[in-house]
Amino acid sequence: MLEACGVESPEDLFAHLPEAVRLKRPLQLPPGISEYEIVDYFRRRGDENANGYATFLGAGVYAHYRPVLVDTVVSRGEFLTSYTPYQAEISQGTLTTIFEFQTMICQLTGMDVANASMYDGSTALAEAALMAARLTSKGGLLVARSVHPEYQEVLQTYAKNQGMPITEFDYDAGTGAADLDDLERKLNDLTAAVIVQSPNFFGVVEDVKRAAAIAHRRGALLVMGFAEAVSLGILEPPAADIVAGELQSFAISPSYGGPYAGIIATREKFARQMPGRLVGETTDTRGNRAFCLTMATREQHIRREKATSNICTNQALIALMATVFMTVYGKQGLRELAEQNLAKAHYLAGKLKLRFSGPFFNEFVVSTAQPEAINAELLNRKIIGGLPLGRFYPELSDAMLLCATEMSRRDDMDNVGQALSLRGTLSPAPRSA
Amino acid sequence: MPIKKVRSHISPNEALLFERSSPGKKAYQLPDLDVPAVDPRATLGAENVRAEIEGFPEVSEVEAIRHFTRLSTWNYAIDHGMYPLGSCTMKYNPRVNELVARTEGLAWAHPYQPESLSQGALEVMAQLESALLEITGMDAVTLQPAAGAHGELTGILLIRALLEQEGNPRRKILIPDSAHGTNPATAAIAGYVVENIRSDERGLLDLAALEQSVTEDVAGLMITNPNTLGVFESRIIAAAEVLHRKGALLYMDGANMNALVGIARPGDFGVDVMHLNLHKTFSTPHGGGGPGGGPVAVKKHLEPFLPVPRLKRANDAWAFDYDRPLSIGKVKAFYGNFGVLVRALAYIMAHGGNGLRAATMDAVLNANYIRKKLEPFFDLPYTLPNMHEVVFSDERQARLGVRTGDIAKRLIDYGFHPYTVSFPLIVHGAMMIEPTETEGKLELDLFIDAMISIAKEIETEPETVKTAPHATRTSRVDEVKAARKPVLKWAPARA
Amino acid sequence: MYPEEYRYTKEHEWVHVEGDTGTIGITDHAQHELGDIVYVDFKYGRETLKAGQRVDQGKTIGSVESVKAVSDIYSPVSGDVVEVNGALAEAPEKLNADPHGEAWLVKIRLTDPGELANLLSAADYQTYIGAEK
Repeated sequence: MLEACGVESPEDLFAHLPEAVRLKRPLQLPPGISEYEIVDYFRRRGDENANGYATFLGAGVYAHYRPVLVDTVVSRGEFLTSYTPYQAEISQGTLTTIFEFQTMICQLTGMDVANASMYDGSTALAEAALMAARLTSKGGLLVARSVHPEYQEVLQTYAKNQGMPITEFDYDAGTGAADLDDLERKLNDLTAAVIVQSPNFFGVVEDVKRAAAIAHRRGALLVMGFAEAVSLGILEPPAADIVAGELQSFAISPSYGGPYAGIIATREKFARQMPGRLVGETTDTRGNRAFCLTMATREQHIRREKATSNICTNQALIALMATVFMTVYGKQGLRELAEQNLAKAHYLAGKLKLRFSGPFFNEFVVSTAQPEAINAELLNRKIIGGLPLGRFYPELSDAMLLCATEMSRRDDMDNVGQALSLRGTLSPAPRSA
Repeated sequence: MPIKKVRSHISPNEALLFERSSPGKKAYQLPDLDVPAVDPRATLGAENVRAEIEGFPEVSEVEAIRHFTRLSTWNYAIDHGMYPLGSCTMKYNPRVNELVARTEGLAWAHPYQPESLSQGALEVMAQLESALLEITGMDAVTLQPAAGAHGELTGILLIRALLEQEGNPRRKILIPDSAHGTNPATAAIAGYVVENIRSDERGLLDLAALEQSVTEDVAGLMITNPNTLGVFESRIIAAAEVLHRKGALLYMDGANMNALVGIARPGDFGVDVMHLNLHKTFSTPHGGGGPGGGPVAVKKHLEPFLPVPRLKRANDAWAFDYDRPLSIGKVKAFYGNFGVLVRALAYIMAHGGNGLRAATMDAVLNANYIRKKLEPFFDLPYTLPNMHEVVFSDERQARLGVRTGDIAKRLIDYGFHPYTVSFPLIVHGAMMIEPTETEGKLELDLFIDAMISIAKEIETEPETVKTAPHATRTSRVDEVKAARKPVLKWAPARA
Repeated sequence: MYPEEYRYTKEHEWVHVEGDTGTIGITDHAQHELGDIVYVDFKYGRETLKAGQRVDQGKTIGSVESVKAVSDIYSPVSGDVVEVNGALAEAPEKLNADPHGEAWLVKIRLTDPGELANLLSAADYQTYIGAEK
C-alpha cells in the first residue's frame, strides 16, 4: 500500500504538515491495556458508586425496570453500528422503527406529528420555545417555576442569545401546581409561549387545559414539557400546542445523567417549524411501501443559517430503546405500569406529611425539618432518599421530593416512612383515598 | 464484471407493529402489587385520566423480537462492512465499550445521588477530561454537550461570553464556504450573523480574504481542520494571528480529528476553543443517528465561562463546583451523555497514546491509498496532499449524464454504503471518501474495484448506474412524494 | 421558451405586466435547477403573504423547496399584493410543469412601473443563464 501511495514510510504522508504544528513527543497517556483490564477498571468504578441501594430519587430521572428485550434489540450490530438513515434503500430497518416511534409518541401525546428525537427533555423544551417564537413571530416566554429547574437553566441559555426575555410565574404554595392567576397577570401580547411541565417538578399534575386557554387568549402558544414519560400511560393527553418531553423512563438507564432522548410533538399546522429529523412514508420504484427522511429543508444541512435548529446527530439508538419498551408494555402494559406507580407512590405518601395538596402521579413533596439528616440516616439502611429541595427552591429548604416507582419495595417504603416519622413528619391521620 | 462482495439473499418481510397487533396480546409481565391499588380517577381527578391509548401496539414477546430482528436485517452497518462516509469517521465500535457502559453502578447512577456515592462516575469523567486535554493540547474541557452541533453552540456561546465581558460581543462569525451546515446554523442560534469566507483555488481558507474580513465586528472564525476536503489548513497559525490581532477568536470544528490525534494538537496551532465528536474520532456507536458526545475544549482565557458544574478535587474526593459566576449556564440538564463518555474513555484506554497515533497513521494511509487508486478514474479538483479523507468530483461522469448521487446508489449494489454525496459544496458533484483506520487492504481493494467497475459501467451502460440500486429489497425511494404529501405516522386504513 | 413580453431578474423570477398588474413567477431555469418541487412558502418578513400586503422590489416574498434545496423568491417589483396562487399548496409540481403560466406565484398591483426598466428582457435573460453555465 505504501508503494501505491509512492512513499517509503507512513510518516512521509504527514511530511507536508508545517513544522510548527507537529507534536514532537508521544502523547502522554498510559499505554493501551487489555480488554480484561478495561472491564476491571470500570467494574471498580461501578463499585465506587452506589450499588444495590434502593432509591427514592426522581426529579427528572426515574428508576424503572428495563425489559431484557430492550438491550437484546439495540445490541444488534445492524442497529448499534449503523449510520443515520440518509441512504433509505439500506436503512429501512432504522427508518421503519423511527416511523413506529413517531407514531407511538403521537398516540401517547395526542399530537399529530412527532420528530425522531432531540438530545433530551431539557434541550427539547428549549427548542420548543424557539419554535413557538418562530411560529408567533413574538419573543416573550412565560415559564412556570414548577418546571424542572435544570430545564429552566437550559432554556435560559438558549433564549437569551435570541433576545427572548423569560418571565417566571409562581406556583401555588398550597397545591404545588402552577399559579395560573399569576400567569394571567404576567401574560401580555408579546408572549410567544407559556411553558409548563406536567407532572411538574413537584410531581403535581398541572391544569394544562386552563393554562392553554389563558395563553391562547393573548395569542401565545402552550408548550408542555414532561419528564416522567410513564405518566402518559394514565394522564389525559395534554391540550398543548407543542409537547416537549423526556423519554428516559422508557428503558433508558439513568446512567448518571445521559444519554437520554427528548421528543417534540405538535399539531400538523406547526410541523414545518419543528426541528429535528422526520421520517415519512413513501414508495420505492417497484411500488413497495418504504420510509425515508423527509422535509429535510428545515434542517441545517440544507437551510444552514436559516435552519429550524442546528441539530444533526440525535438520540436514535436511545429512541429505539424507548420503542422496544413501548412495544413490550404495549397498550395494556403501559396503563398497568402507570397504575402501579400511582399505587406505590400513594402508599408511601400515605405515611407522610405532604407539602402540597395537588393531585400527583409518582412523585410528591414532603415537609421535613432536616431533609439532609434524614437522607444520611436512610443511607445507613442502604436507601437513597428523596431530593432536598433547598438547592433549587430556598423557600422549600424544609422539604424533600420523593419518588416511588413500580420498582419500589414495600419494606423500603416502610423504612422511609419510619425515618421521616422519627423526625416528626408522620401524617397525623390516615389519608382518605 | 461479477460483483465480489455481495450476493442476493432472501430477507423477511415485516409489517408495522400496529398492523401486527391484536387486542389482548402482551409481551410484559409486572409483579403483583405489594401495596393496595388506588383508583386513578379518585387520586388524579377524573378529568385527568385518559381513555386507552388508541392504536398502541399489542404484540407478544415472540412477535416483538421477530419484528425488530427482521427489521434489523434491512440495515447496512459497520459490522457488515466499510462506510466510506467522509467526515463521519465510521470506525469500528468496540464491543467492550458496550459491556462497560452497562456496569451496574454506572448505568443505574442517578445524577442527584450523593457525591460520596458517585466517586466512580466522577473519576471516569475526570480521566476522560484529562485524556482529551492531552490529545487536544487545550487547557480545560467540558463534557456536557450532547453532540457536535451542541458542542459548536457551546463553543460560540463561550466566545460570546468572553467578548461580552470585554464590553462588546460583536456581530459576525466568519465561516468558510466549505463548512458543514451545522456551523452556520449554530452561529445563527447563538445570535450571530454569518459571513462566508471563500476558499482559494487550492481549496484552502483564503488568508487574504480573511485579513480583509476580520474587523472589530467579527467575533470569530469557525474552521474545520483538516478541512472538509481532507486537507490540512497549512496557514492556520497565521490565520489565528490575524484573528487574535483584532480581538477575535478561532473556533475549530473537531469533526476531522481522526487525522490529527497524536500528530498535531489544536492547542498548539492557535485554536481558542474546539469541539470533539466522540461518535466519530472516539468510536462511540452511531446507533442509526445518535447518541453522540460533543465535549468542548478551551484555552485558559475561556475557562471561567464553561458550563456549570465543573469537576473539582476537594478533601481527596471528586465534587461538582457550582460556584462559577461567569459560566454561560447549562447547555443540557445534568452533566453530559455519561454513557457515551464511558465508551470514549474505554476506547482511549484500549489504545493508549501510541495506539491512538497508530490509528491516525492508518487512517491517513488508507485514504491516500484510495486516492492513488481512484485518481485515474475520477476527477480530483483539489490536489494538495489529503489526510484521512479525499474528495473527488463527478465532473467526468457528469458529462455522460451520471452524477455523484447515481454512483453512490450503484455502490450499494456492490455491497457498500455510499460515500458522502454532494458535500462540500465547493466541489461540483462531490464524492467525499473517508475509510478510517478500521479497514484493511482487503476491504479497501473491494471498494476500489467497485468504484472502478462503476466508472466503466458509466461508459458502457450508464442506465444501470442511473437507476441503481437494483439488488436491494427496497429500490430507490420516492423522496419527492414523501416531501409533497408528508405521512409522518401510521393511521389505521379506512374500512 | 422565455416569453418576449415578460421581464426577468438575475435571481430567476419573471414578471408579466398587464395594465397596472404584474404577475410574478419563477423561470423555467429555476425550476430545472431545483428539481422536483415539493413545497412553496409565501412569506413577507415573518408574516404569511396575502392580499393587501405592500412589498418592495428585491425583498423576499417566499421560498421554493425541492427535496434537497431551498431557493428564496425575490419580488421583481414593488406594489400591493392582489392575489397569491392558492393552487400551488396542493400541487407544487405545477411549478415544474408550467412555471411561466399556470404556476404563477403572486399578482401585484405596481406602485412604480419605472422599476421595470431595471429588469432583463427575454434575450438578455437567456444570455445571462447561458453565461452562468
